Amino acid sequence: MFLFFLSSGLFLGWSLGANDAANVFGTAVGSRMITFKRAAVLCGVFVILGAVISGAGTSDTIGKLGTVNALAGAFIVALAAALSVYIMTVIGYPVSTSQGIIGAIVGWNLFTGTLIDYTSLIKIVSSWIACPILAAIFSIILYKLVVFCIKAFNIQMFKLDSVTRYGLIIAGIFGAYTLGANNIANVMGVFVPVSPFRDISFMGIFSLTSAQQLFLIGGIAIAIGIITYSKRVMMTVGTGIMKISPVSAFVTVWAHSIVLFLFSSQSLECFLISHGLPTIPLVPVSSSQAIVGAVIGIGLLKGGKGIRWKTVGRISVGWMATPLLAALISFISLFFFQNVFQQQTYKPVGYIVSTAAIERIENQGISTDKLKGMLGKEYSSAFRFNNALKECSFPRRGRDTRFIMESTEYHKMEITGTAIRSLDAKWFTEEQIQALEKLEGRVFTHTWMMDEALARISPSWRIKKDDTLFNRRLEEKMDHIYDLFHTS
Amino acid sequence: MEFDFFTRRQGIETRIDEFLNRVSEAGLIFKGAIVDYLKGDLQTFENKRDRLHETERQGDVLRRELEHMLYTKTLIPESRGDVLELIENMDRLLDHYKSAMWRIDIEQPQICDEFHEDFKELVACGVEAVESTVCACRAFFRNIDTASTHMDKVIYWEKKSDVVSTRLQRAIFRHEELRLSHKRHIRDFVRSMEKIADEAEDVIDRLSIYIIKRAL
Repeated sequence: MFLFFLSSGLFLGWSLGANDAANVFGTAVGSRMITFKRAAVLCGVFVILGAVISGAGTSDTIGKLGTVNALAGAFIVALAAALSVYIMTVIGYPVSTSQGIIGAIVGWNLFTGTLIDYTSLIKIVSSWIACPILAAIFSIILYKLVVFCIKAFNIQMFKLDSVTRYGLIIAGIFGAYTLGANNIANVMGVFVPVSPFRDISFMGIFSLTSAQQLFLIGGIAIAIGIITYSKRVMMTVGTGIMKISPVSAFVTVWAHSIVLFLFSSQSLECFLISHGLPTIPLVPVSSSQAIVGAVIGIGLLKGGKGIRWKTVGRISVGWMATPLLAALISFISLFFFQNVFQQQTYKPVGYIVSTAAIERIENQGISTDKLKGMLGKEYSSAFRFNNALKECSFPRRGRDTRFIMESTEYHKMEITGTAIRSLDAKWFTEEQIQALEKLEGRVFTHTWMMDEALARISPSWRIKKDDTLFNRRLEEKMDHIYDLFHTS
Repeated sequence: MEFDFFTRRQGIETRIDEFLNRVSEAGLIFKGAIVDYLKGDLQTFENKRDRLHETERQGDVLRRELEHMLYTKTLIPESRGDVLELIENMDRLLDHYKSAMWRIDIEQPQICDEFHEDFKELVACGVEAVESTVCACRAFFRNIDTASTHMDKVIYWEKKSDVVSTRLQRAIFRHEELRLSHKRHIRDFVRSMEKIADEAEDVIDRLSIYIIKRAL
């Protein structure tokens, strides 16, 4: 059944491979600098590697926007994204799977009554604006640099030809890797929370987490898309849209790949954190946006006369229309799937105003006078709870509301010995497992209650100030145990 | 596969160089042969005619190899058409040397002594124009920024060729002892020699467009 539901994700992966691979190798193949066969093999292999090795970063952001917590829901979300991408392609607008999936998740949020995390949404949408601008800036800088080098080293025509050829191959490989790393979240991100896979280890040499196994399958779907259907698109990109010289093509592919790398590299984020520098959000961005931005950058550098602004305008309309269309398809499809086919498209997340929750909210300095009137009441969705808060004219501030929602979210968990013993001893430290053992038999109704109980017992479960990396790992472990000990 | 690109590149560069060497060599043979003809040394002229014929044949072989390599090995895809056109135009200059030589050999024009110096000068202008075109072509492949210097030289030699040709034709038609048919026969040869520099100029006109197209 899981594989059936996964099929929509695989369809999305296939269409991503068929379309977006052209951004990476299109100019090289279209201008016949390298053969399609060679490009397809290289692109396929490195997309899979990028997805499996570095795909986790952007998936986290997608997860934060809306944890699609039922398999059928994930199926519809991926299908809505794939359909919106397909429809936009048929109409003739440049596609973006990133915008499709985000729109589809927002559609799921609206249907299920889950509150949209506007912080994550704004982060994602602003990255869509930043992505082409950054790509344009990078392409201008790179172009200047490349031209300077060609002139300084007096690179002759045939040497330049072979250097460009190598450059396009390396840029293509890098581009394919970053495409896999950045865009796998679009294809498989929604399935991560509902994945039935368990972590597997290959003779102790290396192991694949459940998410990585999903990414591997998604990566293979992308690779199949590249091999089976990307040739025509590559030829179109190489000879039609991007009628630019191989040197410019080389620059645009590099600029595109760097931007995708910036938005997907956890290693870079770690490096920036360790040096106290501001980080770049790990967000799935559109490779089409990046390549279009890079081409515009070169066009602007050459005076801007060669840019077809009408086409640019059309592309921008496509970028705005895709998420809206995906949200609409997602919403309508979820309605039909839930009510006609009787499939569970989401697991309801309830809210309960408990004494403990009120106490926690009060400690945060938020007035709870109006909340006390709601004591003991249960709400079946975030939407209903939010409406109830509105009805009792609860003074609303974004951050306070989020804290109240988090404090009242009902998630019953029972700490059992069997579940503790199933924990991966390599992932969880001995101290952490011992702390869990001390809580054996206890029942919690809110996730934060378990957080606090664990933090009281052991420092290994406490959030550390100024250690973002440790805190992120801790968050991942927390998410895992919330699911593990969950009981209805 | 990467090393493949490297050897392909080297192969094509060597062939282009060899082809351009043939064009230069043909110019020197042609100039020498005309001098020999004017001196009346027909034996040496015939030897040079055969040498020029062989050089032109070698040039044709190299041109075909280059065309084959550029298309089958998918090299410089964006400039391939321009490079092939350039090589074909240079080959036309080589052909012009050969056909002019054969025409002299067949028609054996009687060129009066008083026209010899101008005739030699006219041929020298044509050969110099072609030689500068060869240099401009080499620069196009190696150091594109220096190509314009050589192209200026071609224009200079073409203008000089026009001046010498006009002077020579005027002298021919003002010669009182020659029959009109004789005058027209020699005039045809003068025009043929003048055409060498004209064709060289046509080549660099096209070359200047290729250079603009390759501008970064």
